[in-house]
Amino acid sequence: MAQQLRPSKPADKKPKIDWSRRQEAEHFAETVKLFRQGKVDPDMFRRFRLQNGAYGTRMTDDYAMVRIKVPAGQVYPYQLEKIAQLSEMYSIGSAHFSTRENIQLHWVVLEDVSEIMQSLSDVGMTSREACGNTVRNVMCSPLSGVCKDEIFDATPYAMAIAKFMLRNPICQGLPRKFKFNFTCCEKHGMVRIVDVGLIPQIQEIDGEKRKGFKIFLGGGLGNRSFIGHQLEDFTPVEDLLYTSMAVIRIFDRLGDRKNLVRNRMRYLVNDMGWEKFQNLVLKERAIVKATQSVIVKLNVDETKNEIRRPISVSNDVASVPDGFARWQKTNVEKQSQDGFNSVFIGLESGDITANQLRSVAEIIRDYSAEGFARNGFSQNIVIRYVHDDDLKSMYSKLLESGLAKTGSLTMASAVGCSGTTSCNLALTNSHRLAKEVQRKFLELKLDEDDDLKDSTVKISGCPNSCGQHEIATIGFYGGGGRHEDNMFPNYTMSIGGRFDQGSMLGHHTARVPVKRVIPVILKIIELFKENKQSDDTLAKWIDRIVNGNESSKISSVEDIKKEISSLLIPPKVEDEPEFYMDYGSDTNYHTITGKGECAA
Amino acid sequence: MCCMTDSDMPVIDSKTLRQKIKENSIRLVDVRREQEYQQGHITNAINLPLAKLLADDSAEAIQKIAQDLGISDETSVVVYDDTFGALSSRVVWALQYIGHKDAKLLDVTFSQWKSLGYEISTEVPEIESAIHSININPDIMATAEYLEKAKENKNVVIIDNRERLNYLEQHIPGAINIPYRTLASDDKILRTKEGMKNLLKNRGISEDAEIITYCGSVGTLSGLAYYAMKSVGLPNVKLYVHSFKEWKNLEKPIDKQENANYWDLSAE
Repeated sequence: MAQQLRPSKPADKKPKIDWSRRQEAEHFAETVKLFRQGKVDPDMFRRFRLQNGAYGTRMTDDYAMVRIKVPAGQVYPYQLEKIAQLSEMYSIGSAHFSTRENIQLHWVVLEDVSEIMQSLSDVGMTSREACGNTVRNVMCSPLSGVCKDEIFDATPYAMAIAKFMLRNPICQGLPRKFKFNFTCCEKHGMVRIVDVGLIPQIQEIDGEKRKGFKIFLGGGLGNRSFIGHQLEDFTPVEDLLYTSMAVIRIFDRLGDRKNLVRNRMRYLVNDMGWEKFQNLVLKERAIVKATQSVIVKLNVDETKNEIRRPISVSNDVASVPDGFARWQKTNVEKQSQDGFNSVFIGLESGDITANQLRSVAEIIRDYSAEGFARNGFSQNIVIRYVHDDDLKSMYSKLLESGLAKTGSLTMASAVGCSGTTSCNLALTNSHRLAKEVQRKFLELKLDEDDDLKDSTVKISGCPNSCGQHEIATIGFYGGGGRHEDNMFPNYTMSIGGRFDQGSMLGHHTARVPVKRVIPVILKIIELFKENKQSDDTLAKWIDRIVNGNESSKISSVEDIKKEISSLLIPPKVEDEPEFYMDYGSDTNYHTITGKGECAA
Repeated sequence: MCCMTDSDMPVIDSKTLRQKIKENSIRLVDVRREQEYQQGHITNAINLPLAKLLADDSAEAIQKIAQDLGISDETSVVVYDDTFGALSSRVVWALQYIGHKDAKLLDVTFSQWKSLGYEISTEVPEIESAIHSININPDIMATAEYLEKAKENKNVVIIDNRERLNYLEQHIPGAINIPYRTLASDDKILRTKEGMKNLLKNRGISEDAEIITYCGSVGTLSGLAYYAMKSVGLPNVKLYVHSFKEWKNLEKPIDKQENANYWDLSAE
């Protein structure tokens, strides 16, 4: 038989939407120049900079962090390759995947930001309105379209909302940032901790099946956190835009523009009371609908993505690579489409090198039948539509690039905000601590433990919740502690947070010195193992404890506190000098912060 | 700056080089390792592993290397590497330092040349040695002592071409950072002139500034930066050839970005 020629790879798929606007880069460069010459007021410049997606950097005006918006987290191979190149040219040779599906480049010289913006235009991306008082990146579950429990794919609606809001005059100067999250199902999204959260629903009205959403309003994490409220039983898709506009108009009108530390919409909802706010939204929506002189419609593009399995490279793998079973168990989710899988690529605190980004791009081309990736909610990347037969081969490719870390879908994949690595507000190096937690979990093979699978560890470097600690099974936020004359990094631990249909904020439990965070987590796991019921999970056990429904030896938060108390006592500085140092630092800890820009 | 001619440009494009190879009118130097050279090089190229030059970079040693490679004062020389042009920059700079007038960088790397499908050979050309004079060109070199004095001058810009994290951790006080990766375009060792000018304009570097480039230890990455500056016609550029390694050994002052754990953002 004649040898079959392997067809060359098909051309890269191109995104349906170009988010960029080229002239913004030049305008940014000009404005930076004027600012440096003292011709632009610093406060005005800061707002302008944030509007364009350039966030401030810890203790310096020389650098910025560029946050690249990735609506619905949908990112294409050639875009990842561009970001790889930009990270080497203008940043630290690594990029960062955030909890809100953005991709960030840190420690960029402010004067170089416009060059990045220019290059992003080449690949249809933007950093516009990724920071500041705008509608931030519109998120969508990375499993939307492939989730077994979803009713319909919300992605086209997330894209349409993102497109409608970007550069829209109605959201250029909101009282504060504004976040939309779409999900596939209750389990995979975070709809109750954002301003507007949406879950797809279908309802039969007059014998006709109609698409719509369950919409949650007024949630959010931060210095003070709230869980969102459901607006109404069912909001048909035709009302999605009107409802969104109504909510934004109310927030724009009534949101607190003076008190910068409590001006997210959740405070407005809380101050006013839910029922009043709810009525206001429904009334406003009626007005929006009635007074619209031209019918404004969302441009929802529901054409199906082409699913074409790339030329199989799988017969190259002779044997099962080491560690494949563990990886498959903890990183791969079966899709609703027969024979296809979603593969989660876990990163340490969301960090990835330029070369790894290039590998991811190549792996998407070689293995994903849809030809792009989706950024996840947990500082990770999801490559979907990978055929059953290709998993082993893909695993070996990921291994070669150091991207086959196990435990992505488990408690091992701790989330850590950027902390003192770059953030002005941070008190501790939460970023590194999350990496340390993950490494310890993998070393102890805790990612393989089914009892821990549905639990999470999330860490913030200050009380502001960028690390989403309040919705973690075990969450931490950083602060400073003092023993005698010495300071040490001290985390406040909360337990029992959830972001599913039973969404709730974690219960403050204890203050845990940084170098005791890992021992305390392990101690809690040990207590759970001693007291668990059959078929129990850590998350369920903690849930019963914080809700007063546990009757075993450990039945309250106080009981846990007692059990870990011996770990919390500071040693003498001469006995354990490292206790007084943060991770990544070889000098004694002291708190130092600059001005935050969350409230800019 | 307005009147730069092609012959002033520090780079030569592949098309022109192919013509010159045909005419046999240049000396082509490959600065990759010997093994790599043996496996295939651009037709007619001779090998000069960079290590040989770095082993002794006195003017006399450079002169001897030039002579052994058959380079006389009048020879047109073109140098290439496979390390984004940094090693070849260092060689071209050394030749210019001893007074050689006509040495240029190939504007692509060996890999890029190969992917363009251009001529490659394993044949080693016969070379007759030549006579080269020494006519030191002090204006293109900076010593630690020179740099230390010059940096007090407002019109002097010191550029550190190492990667960002290395720069943040420690650098010469007052230096700015332009990582070497910033200098290339997708398919050439240097940006377009327009791109390079734009970068410098954004950074507020004026065309009449005196520029001193440095990198980690031997002046390769900063050598590339030296030619990036020359490519847009900046008249006064110097290479601090012994770079940060010497600066540290001399225990000169060092600055660092304080109070931030930026290394922990790296996935390396």
